Amino acid sequence: MNNLKNFTKGFIKENPVFILLLGMCPTLGVTSSAINGLGMGLATTFVLTMSNLVVSLVKSKIPDKVRIPAFIVIIATFVTIVQLVMQAYVPALYKSLGLFIPLIVVNCIVLGRAEAFASKNTVFSSMIDGLGMGLGFSFALTLLGSIREILGSGKIFDIPIYSEDYVTLLFVLPPGAFIVLGYLISVIKKINKA
Amino acid sequence: MNYFIIILSAILVNNIVLMQFLGICPFLGVSKKISTAAGMAGAVAFVMTLATIVTYLIQEFILNPLNLAYLQTITFILIIAALVQLVEIILKKVSPALYQALGIFLPLITTNCAILGVALLTIQKEFNLMEGVVFAISNAIGFGLALVLFAGIREQLDLMDVPKGLKGTPIALITAGILAMAFMGFSGLV
Amino acid sequence: MAKLESTFKNMVVVLFLVTLIAGGSLGYVNDLTKDAIEAAKLEAKMKAIKKVLPEYDEIKGEFKVATTPGDDSLEFYPAYKNGNLVGMAIKTYTKKGFSGYISVMAGIDAEGNFSGYEVLEHAETPGLGSKMGIWFNNQEKPKQCVIGKNPGNTKFQVSKDGGEIDAITASTISSRAFLDAMVRAYEGYKENKIEPATAQVN
Repeated sequence: MNNLKNFTKGFIKENPVFILLLGMCPTLGVTSSAINGLGMGLATTFVLTMSNLVVSLVKSKIPDKVRIPAFIVIIATFVTIVQLVMQAYVPALYKSLGLFIPLIVVNCIVLGRAEAFASKNTVFSSMIDGLGMGLGFSFALTLLGSIREILGSGKIFDIPIYSEDYVTLLFVLPPGAFIVLGYLISVIKKINKA
Repeated sequence: MNYFIIILSAILVNNIVLMQFLGICPFLGVSKKISTAAGMAGAVAFVMTLATIVTYLIQEFILNPLNLAYLQTITFILIIAALVQLVEIILKKVSPALYQALGIFLPLITTNCAILGVALLTIQKEFNLMEGVVFAISNAIGFGLALVLFAGIREQLDLMDVPKGLKGTPIALITAGILAMAFMGFSGLV
Repeated sequence: MAKLESTFKNMVVVLFLVTLIAGGSLGYVNDLTKDAIEAAKLEAKMKAIKKVLPEYDEIKGEFKVATTPGDDSLEFYPAYKNGNLVGMAIKTYTKKGFSGYISVMAGIDAEGNFSGYEVLEHAETPGLGSKMGIWFNNQEKPKQCVIGKNPGNTKFQVSKDGGEIDAITASTISSRAFLDAMVRAYEGYKENKIEPATAQVN
């Protein structure tokens, strides 16, 4: 039960993007299409789960005063692994996510979960927490990406829905990211209250 | 590349916050008052320029000759973290007044993706050292401009009658969207 | 397990160990993926070449030529079928894009006309400049299509500048940049043409 709660809290109740407002840079930066949002979300999920796992494994071996630099090194290691693997097997996606893949290192969600959760909890629940938070993040990015792609290029996951002549280009451009996210957050807040 | 184009492009056309989405956390977090926004912008400018110079030299003289390019992310973030600490210590000793003004923002800067982003972009765009420095300073100005503009709007926004459902973050984001739209007007310049 | 004390020695040892392990494991992963990354890059390139050229069965004798000193070089990939030169793929570029650098793989057939192109890298505005991947390829609209033409028989400039190619709607700058890259490819092709006779050796 506890683990289940741990896992599901990341989706709506404590969603890192909609509620905690963490990791805004990639959220806004890569969501011009649903597939980019999903790819970014899954890459972050991997880093989040693995770093949570390792941090909770070594937590008792790390002196308090150097824990932040040590966590950063651990996170950066997994980020680089993601970079190398993506370059090798999904080069096109890697290219379109660009700068935001190495920037997972400074995504507040990852360091935040390592510090707030993994450094205090058991290995298993830390992994569950990382996985749940990561998937919640992926969910948010995919949702935002889908809405922007539908409104801005008339497609979803690259499948055409309606004619390109009727799209509102603004939504795939930078201002659209801010505006769609603004309305989404307000809607999610409403759902949460109900 | 022409310095003028680098400057114009970094400040207005490809504004780091509104067009590239780097440094959104401080953009939303410390933009409630113009004075704190200006303080944050100053601290970022300082660290961004310094970090770009140091990471450039490390990339050029250590990582590239030794074929260690894959250690780029890990090295850069460690350098930035160390640099922030160093700046904090030095500032405390040398200029307590400046430390008073910037001090509280410094710890937040390590995880500001604008810093790491600009350091990585400098390498990616294959700038030389001088171009990198100009690029970093221009981006810092662009960051400051967006932050201070946004803070100014938000101060006014506090007095407005915002629809209930949009209060707080949602209206801030929508405002940022409109600001980004205004910046798109610059896009023919370069 | 008791938490390790924050003594100076402990801190140094722990940080050193963490970094060492991180560095070591990254070196290992780098070794594992190095070949795959190279292969992926090569595959992407070959896929682009295949798309822009008429049918061929072999690419050989590729070479690079630097156009202006200090600038990027053009890459040439001559394609052969049954030993005959059927075309050449040229990796070309421009720096005049709306957001700077654009790199294009252009194919030129045996007659010296463009047989196809593929945009490899660009940062143009989505929905506007980014349309260049299909715009100039549209054979149904001859006024905007570059296939089957070359800068020798057609004026490779946008109509607005007095040329004979229609620019992408609302993206004149991206269109100019694209044509600039294509013209660069063609110039390079003319200067480095392989004569069919010499090509048939071996």
